[in-house]
Amino acid sequence: MRRRVMLKRSAEVAAALVAAGLWPTTAHAAWPQAAFDAKGFADAVKALGAGAPQESKDVTLIAPDIAENGAVVPVGCACALPGVKRLVLLAEKNPNTLAAVFELNEALEPSFATRVKLAQSSNVYAVALMADGSAWFAQKEVKVTLGGCGG
Amino acid sequence: MSDPMRIRAQAQGDKAVVRVLMSHEMETGLRKDSAGKNVPAWFIQEVNASLNGKPVFNAFWGTAISKNPFVQFTIKGAKAGDKIVVDWVDNRGDKRSDEATVT
Repeated sequence: MRRRVMLKRSAEVAAALVAAGLWPTTAHAAWPQAAFDAKGFADAVKALGAGAPQESKDVTLIAPDIAENGAVVPVGCACALPGVKRLVLLAEKNPNTLAAVFELNEALEPSFATRVKLAQSSNVYAVALMADGSAWFAQKEVKVTLGGCGG
Repeated sequence: MSDPMRIRAQAQGDKAVVRVLMSHEMETGLRKDSAGKNVPAWFIQEVNASLNGKPVFNAFWGTAISKNPFVQFTIKGAKAGDKIVVDWVDNRGDKRSDEATVT
């Protein structure tokens, strides 16, 4: 059964690839390319189709004050507001600001955790994009002792 | 094909906390190898999960996610014995799917 679903999905992806012509950057049709290319917090949020974000106490961002290793920084985000469509994680001073987009639906709690890379000490943002187009954010400054870009 | 994901799904009351650890290099495309050439970007772009065949979780990732990514999410209304399938697609079109049972 799972195999069926996978086969179907791979067929869809293959079709998208053929349509796009080129492989690496446009591998998935639904992946928000423009938003991931955007530099800076405001641009990335705008590229996701939201208005100017405002700070809100109902959005929670869990991140360490000091990250010893910028390659692995545990970050969590949650939102207590009703009608959230997407929860987004961004790191302001990374080469590409946008880190992750989590799509929400009624079967999911608006709470996620993951680990991100930080190139240098930077503000990290959690943004809740609402169904009505407004955006609310929480921010925290994370100091990085060792950058996460390798090399 | 990469190594299997490690998925742990624990029922807590009427919801289930799902933790997934994937095995992936997550190259940013900015790093240089010993010859000074850029290592091409290679990262997971999309992660999906379904509960008993119904899609519940969908995320888009950029290069800023750490190597061997970890993600945690909570599914409402899941109970012990439910089946969770997680799959990802990376920017080379590689994919992987693994399943786990809620305990």
